[in-house]
Amino acid sequence: MKEQPVLDVSKLPLHGMGIASPAWWGTCTFMLIEGSAFGLAIAVYFYLMSLAPHWPPDVPPPDLFAGTCLTVLLLASVVPNVLVSRWAQQRKLGKVRIGLVVMSLCGIAPLALRIFEFPAQHVNWDESAYGSIVWTILGLHTVHIITDLIDTLVLACLMFTRHGDNTRRYGDVEDNALYWNFVVIAWLPLYACIYWVPRL
Amino acid sequence: MTTERRSSAATDVDLDDAELDRQLDRTWAGRTSFWGAIAAVDHKVIARRYIVTAFVFLILGGMLALAMRIQLAQPEARFINADRYNQIFTMHGSNMMFLFAVPVMEAMAVYLVPLMVGTRNIAFPRLNAFSYWVFLAGGILLWISFALDTAPDVGWFAYVPLSGPEYGSGKRADVWAQMITFTELSALAVAVEIVVTVLKQRAPGMSLDRIPLLVWSMLVMAFVVIMAMPAIMFESSTLIMDRLVGTQFYNPAEGGDVLLWQHLFWFFGHPEVYIIFLPAVGMVSTILPTFVQRPIFGYLPVVMALIATGVLAFGLWVHHMFVIGLPRLAESFFTASSMAIAIPAGVQIFCWLATLWAGRPIFKTPLLFVIGFIITFVIGGLTGVMVASVPFDAQVHDTYFVVAHFHYVLIGGAVFPLIAGIYYWFPKMTGRMMSERLGQWSFWLIFVGFNLTFFPMHILGLQGMPRRIYTYQPEMPWGGLNLFISLSAVILFSGFLVFFIDVARSWSAGRPAGQNPWNASTLEWAMNSPPPPYNFRRIPVVDARDPLWCGSDELPVASGLRTDRRELLISSVVEALPEARESSPRDSVWPFWAAIATSIMLIWSIFSPWAIVWGSIPIAITLIGWFWPKGIAEDES
Ligand code: HEM
Ligand SMILES: [Cu+2]
Repeated sequence: MKEQPVLDVSKLPLHGMGIASPAWWGTCTFMLIEGSAFGLAIAVYFYLMSLAPHWPPDVPPPDLFAGTCLTVLLLASVVPNVLVSRWAQQRKLGKVRIGLVVMSLCGIAPLALRIFEFPAQHVNWDESAYGSIVWTILGLHTVHIITDLIDTLVLACLMFTRHGDNTRRYGDVEDNALYWNFVVIAWLPLYACIYWVPRL
Repeated sequence: MTTERRSSAATDVDLDDAELDRQLDRTWAGRTSFWGAIAAVDHKVIARRYIVTAFVFLILGGMLALAMRIQLAQPEARFINADRYNQIFTMHGSNMMFLFAVPVMEAMAVYLVPLMVGTRNIAFPRLNAFSYWVFLAGGILLWISFALDTAPDVGWFAYVPLSGPEYGSGKRADVWAQMITFTELSALAVAVEIVVTVLKQRAPGMSLDRIPLLVWSMLVMAFVVIMAMPAIMFESSTLIMDRLVGTQFYNPAEGGDVLLWQHLFWFFGHPEVYIIFLPAVGMVSTILPTFVQRPIFGYLPVVMALIATGVLAFGLWVHHMFVIGLPRLAESFFTASSMAIAIPAGVQIFCWLATLWAGRPIFKTPLLFVIGFIITFVIGGLTGVMVASVPFDAQVHDTYFVVAHFHYVLIGGAVFPLIAGIYYWFPKMTGRMMSERLGQWSFWLIFVGFNLTFFPMHILGLQGMPRRIYTYQPEMPWGGLNLFISLSAVILFSGFLVFFIDVARSWSAGRPAGQNPWNASTLEWAMNSPPPPYNFRRIPVVDARDPLWCGSDELPVASGLRTDRRELLISSVVEALPEARESSPRDSVWPFWAAIATSIMLIWSIFSPWAIVWGSIPIAITLIGWFWPKGIAEDES
């Protein structure tokens, strides 16, 4: 077919930010997938609970200390996270570098606390279905922390190289921050489920 | 920061067509070497691999069906023993569902969606390549285990406790579970690509109400995949954990539950049917208008029906579990919802009939398969409404009635439209027409053979023949019909044989197709066949629902994209107003290595939980290699 140019796109930017970026949409779609998985884990938790005569079966409810500290820590990490995202939007390379280093620490600290969360459940994964589901929920969420941590570490390194000062990288930083917010928000219902539902 | 460079970069403005083609080809074409092929990220190349691989699995699964039919042709046959038979029906079902039907539908989307929405490559093309390699590895895993006599033998839905640690011996059930992880991982990856391609890469002007119906159906399918597949991945992982590290999810003695398995499975399994079926109806709604040469009747109702089907798909799963003894109210609810799904199906059927009625049908092979689909699907839908009623289901559950029903919907409802789609898009994919004469032969053989094979299974089921039995006694009144079915299956297979012969012959020696042999209305017909690596010389600008039927022989296009890097247009979600020029990744071998690393981790984890820890390290390394910027033009912003 003969082509008839009717639109000139040469003035458009070479890369879209925010909702004009496919990577942003990809991140959202991944969050939808992960969100379904977390939702499912919670559904299984309640399903098993509905079958059990007592909940938790024959063990005391989990100790609150480690899990609550971790929750507070995660919530606090949202502040630097939002700041990094804002700096990335403003393309402030120096601040983004510092922010990513801080966010890497914010990823490592909860892992340290997570180690104490498993024994705080008073049950092993192979002792009962209750043990299996709480270990699975904790494990699933830990995997998300680790994934985002690795992503943050790699981005942090990247921002110190010659590839750093690029809109595309700033977009990556924003998407990474978005994903961390998701990891934090997804934790809240999981936390309520593991620590507070057995106390009802 | 690179704004100054913008003016100097090469764009397509002021180039004549031949020179533009040459420059685009240099930028977009992959290398032809072995490693060039491994590194390919062109959606058409990946989709072609997907489709060919899926059809190979169809042939393999068909051979298993043939073996079963030989065994069942007479009472007390000795062709296959009980254990092998268990493996064979499990392989047949799992292979057909996870290695053929879902991947082939997604592959059609990977090929067609970017062309139909008017873009140059799918979103996240490297993820696309990765998904293919993962899918291939999952298929190889399943078939190698079959060759080693360790194939799963627990049915395609692998109910516990049969598949659990207590009864499922060896690694058979683990192979099933891990094959699931492979295929669902690849399916989820493709779903993400489809969603982003449809939402963000549509040609300027292709607002939501101008999206081709096939694209709509693929978008809904992708969302169904995203919501449904996590359930089965959760399930396959917990099964492996129960078997390997002693979790108690499915062990009633420790507070677990076997019905949990069934709930999780069918929460995925029912939508799975629509994952296969939605793309199929999308193909029908695309092919039909072409062969009556008028736009579809009722575009909006059809779109609504597609979305409604996708939503309702999640409210039906319990109808697979009517015989477990549910509360009355739950049974009534799921009966009602199962019958409600007939409404969107009915809406679409009426729209198709109205389209046929209002136009002048041209009875070429694709249209024949479409009409065969409508007839067969109505029958499958009727038996579906029958088994949705609890007392009837209690009678025929686990009999050949159900086998008949689901083959009517799977073969009639999905394979017929798929073959119609292959006949229809083959000219685009290969540049050559398939034979009309062989096409008619294959249609009549498949259509007649199919009905003769599967209709009598309803009767066998009503006569009480259970499914999944490797043989039956001569006293049972089933011998005659079984022999009849097996003979009819030969007709069915010969029909498929004709189809494959036609494909093979036409691929090399078919009549050249030209750009638009069917005079169709959608954008994939606006370029040469097969399409060049960059799809569109210039991105089209759309101002109608049927852009090629506007009565003019000129295609409105956008200009100003760069030619020295892979570049395409990003547009807004609702109105498709152009927002940015975006680069599209170059070829890379990293997705291949990432898939290898993932496969090693997944297979290893059947044997040791530590595989998750150590196996993740190579995956992380390959992913870093994949994403690390290379300082090329695609990286500019
Ligand atoms: C090509 C012609 C085909 C024939 C002759 C055929 C035949 C059969 C037979 C005889 C069974 C029942 C085995 C038993 O219960 O003992 C069966 C089961 C099944 N078939 Fe097919 N089939 C064909 C194609 C397909 C296709 C294309 C699909 C899917 C897209 C499919 C999906 C299934 C499934 C899911 C089962 C259930 C397996 C199980 O019980 O675990 N079949 N098939
Ligand atoms: Cu169903």
